[in-house]
Amino acid sequence: MEIGKDKLEEMLRTILTIRNFETRTEQLFAQGHIPGFVHLYIGEEAVATGVCANLRPTDYITSTHRGHGHCIGKGGDLSKMMAELYGKKGGYCKGKGGSMHIADMDLGILGANGIVGGGLPIAVGAGTSIQYQGTDQVAVCFFGDGASNQSTFHESINLAAVWNLPVIFVCENNFYGISLTPDKHFRIQDISVRAMGYGIPGITVDGNDVIAVYEAASEAIKKAREGSGPTLIEYKTYRMKGHFEGDHRLYQPKEEIEAWQEKDPVARYIDTLLTEGVLTSEEIERIGQETESQIEEAVKFAEASPFPEPAETLDDVFCEEGR
Amino acid sequence: MKQLSVSEALNEALIEEMERDETVFVIGEDVGTYGGIFGVTAGLLERFGSRRVKDTPISESAIVGSAVGAAATGLRPVAELMMLDFATVCMDQIVNQAAKIRYMFGGKTKLPLVIRAEGGAGANAAAQHSQCLEAWFIHVPGLKVVMPSTPYDSKGLLKSAIRDDNPVIFVEHKVLYEISGDVPEEEYVIPLGEADIKREGTDVTVVTYSMMLHTTMSAAEKLSKEGISVEVVDPRTLYPLDKKTILDSVAKTNKLVIVHEAPKTCGFGAEIAALVADEAFDTLDAPIKRVTAPDTPVPFSPSLEGFYIPDEDDIIKTIKEIV
Repeated sequence: MEIGKDKLEEMLRTILTIRNFETRTEQLFAQGHIPGFVHLYIGEEAVATGVCANLRPTDYITSTHRGHGHCIGKGGDLSKMMAELYGKKGGYCKGKGGSMHIADMDLGILGANGIVGGGLPIAVGAGTSIQYQGTDQVAVCFFGDGASNQSTFHESINLAAVWNLPVIFVCENNFYGISLTPDKHFRIQDISVRAMGYGIPGITVDGNDVIAVYEAASEAIKKAREGSGPTLIEYKTYRMKGHFEGDHRLYQPKEEIEAWQEKDPVARYIDTLLTEGVLTSEEIERIGQETESQIEEAVKFAEASPFPEPAETLDDVFCEEGR
Repeated sequence: MKQLSVSEALNEALIEEMERDETVFVIGEDVGTYGGIFGVTAGLLERFGSRRVKDTPISESAIVGSAVGAAATGLRPVAELMMLDFATVCMDQIVNQAAKIRYMFGGKTKLPLVIRAEGGAGANAAAQHSQCLEAWFIHVPGLKVVMPSTPYDSKGLLKSAIRDDNPVIFVEHKVLYEISGDVPEEEYVIPLGEADIKREGTDVTVVTYSMMLHTTMSAAEKLSKEGISVEVVDPRTLYPLDKKTILDSVAKTNKLVIVHEAPKTCGFGAEIAALVADEAFDTLDAPIKRVTAPDTPVPFSPSLEGFYIPDEDDIIKTIKEIV
């Protein structure tokens, strides 16, 4: 597959934005600026980058508790994201959601989700809408290896298959469900083989290779747009940080982490771009700096934004409109 | 006026709303070919086609979740859960997703979604097909809960529920589907959150709804022959609750009995009792009484179920205790 330079550069910008956003978030959390739980996407950035590079603003995604990367990939506003992590009024959800509930309906981001497997049926609903309206949009459902053992995985993929919906099920197999390793919750090597049980295609792809991620998603998304139904893609990747910030990670062997460090998706992608002569190291450096300054702007915005007034607790439970 | 059963009245409401608004569609188990286990969706498939009348696999989480996703992306789904008891297998989608999405996202989305389900005992359907679980849903901020008792109310309230921009749990009673009542020829809606005084009286207020409304009306008729004048208030919508009508009635009669088919502990009656004790204690001339099912699962055998369900004698005896 020939990928144009613009797309390759766009993906570099995305992957660096995600990495730098998450690295900065890690620091800010450690410094006590971010309340609650934060689940970092470090190590898995190639998946959101390569998949979302195929999406249009009108396409939908559902995300997970580890959702910052998906939101950035889909074009989310860094300032509103960071302000939401801070619990500030200027955040995406006016401080009512936090890291696990960032959503941007205008960009088709139907929400991160605090319930493992909670987003799968919602993506099927977005696919139902698309089919109902007869457009060529798609819905991409991000979820993890842990979610693939939830009943919603079965119900959702089966329904999408039966109705031939334009939904792409993207399983980010990062090898850990908190502390749970694959041998403790699977007797299969590849989660993608489950697709056979629903009569849809399933593939397993290197989730730390931006180009491979992009190409696999491209094919599945093209099929979905053309009305050929859902695909299950399993991207094998690795969670380079704890389940949440503050996780002791005693269960993750040092040798394993080091081995995956060698396959770091950001370094690999930069190496590919340099080797193929797509971008020079100066250009890559400049893009990296640009993403860093955008993130600093986002941090400034978050810090300057006020906390919501306590009484705002009572707002937004119900919509007063109706038709 | 015409005479319609509750099933027919609900069916008319669905047809009228589907004709009025192209985004309204029906989704659930056996809603299409079968026409709904209780006939509520009869004829809809023939009239509107499979695009708008969607038979699903037996996958309640996928039914509710896909309705949530469809509602978040511009449609107005009416999902049928068949039995209210089956809500137990998709509570995440109802409680964590549907009820909270608007709030968690800072009020930036609306979720026009109706979940229809049939509840209640009286058909010897035993413990897993007979429950009145309304209190669960009333207790979850973000859900509206409707429980009609007559054909007229069923039609007018379902039309309002479909037009509402919030998730509405619409509970029908299995014993009431076949009862007949007056329904206007012309179109009408009944706003959510408005109680109806089903019988005016001066000696005692009885707050009741759904099947128990009818049992209470019979009891009230008998008591009138003994010179006891009972005012029967049917809230119709349990959340949001029309507190004023209840408080005004109690201010007039100075006595309150609550009758419901659900078990006593933490039932809807406890909330009404607390409301009146809190806001109208001075108007009371007697203790507040509740007539409810016992705190047991619903039994199967006719002799046991007959004991379980509150009857006219229970209501009459309780009213006489305080009048």
